[in-house]
Amino acid sequence: MNLNVSSIAFIAIIGLLGIGLYGLLITRNLIKVVVALQVLVKGAMIFVVLAGHLVGDVEIGQSMALTVIVADTIVAVIGLALAVQVRRRFGTLDVKALTTLRR
Amino acid sequence: MVYILIATGLLVCAIQSIRSPRMLHSALWLAGASALTALMLYMLGAPEVAVIELSVGAGLVTVLFVFAINISGEELQLSQHSIPQTLVWIVLFVVITLAGLLSLPALNTPFSGPEQATQLRITLWEDRSLDVLLQILLIFAGILGVLGLLSGHDEKQSEGKDL
Repeated sequence: MNLNVSSIAFIAIIGLLGIGLYGLLITRNLIKVVVALQVLVKGAMIFVVLAGHLVGDVEIGQSMALTVIVADTIVAVIGLALAVQVRRRFGTLDVKALTTLRR
Repeated sequence: MVYILIATGLLVCAIQSIRSPRMLHSALWLAGASALTALMLYMLGAPEVAVIELSVGAGLVTVLFVFAINISGEELQLSQHSIPQTLVWIVLFVVITLAGLLSLPALNTPFSGPEQATQLRITLWEDRSLDVLLQILLIFAGILGVLGLLSGHDEKQSEGKDL
């Protein structure tokens, strides 16, 4: 496989998806969970643009990536707002410590 | 060579944002990853999205992270994760292998050239107007989220004033 822009972007995408998923699986901190989600979505966003680039319709990829950026930002905002409220109410950001719903 | 450097830097920033024990460092590494993502998007022929990613991903989101960390404070001592490390690596391996195998054939798609390309303005506002509507709704949801982020702060201040 020759290393052109698409191949390098593809390797970066797979790496970002793996790192984001790993972060989601091992992180206990609520804010770190949002960081891992951001990394995961960055991989998905580059993937959308790469798909548009490969089929020769970059504009459709760009417009979809724009939607992904907006949705990603809103998810980050709401996630951080939830994390701050959880910290105020329970005094911790540890996901494991939040066992109130299980009782 | 530049492309490989950008991709490597992007992966290093992403790894450091997950591994860094301090949340503030994590947010700064994430900002670096966003900036390099914008560069990669530019390389792929998407300059408009690259600019928006740079301003929103590396700017606005970082400010929000720093703000949230400032309000909630650093928390370094967390409990050990309950998912076994072996299971994490197995899940990771399966997902990455499947994603790679399913999407690798797409790389062999012949590049059909930019001659079919239309302007982003036309694609966004005419062909994908539903997406624009969705984005407006999402921005309203984001405003409500920011209000949620700030609401408790004001209550605390007003309680302090009452006392």
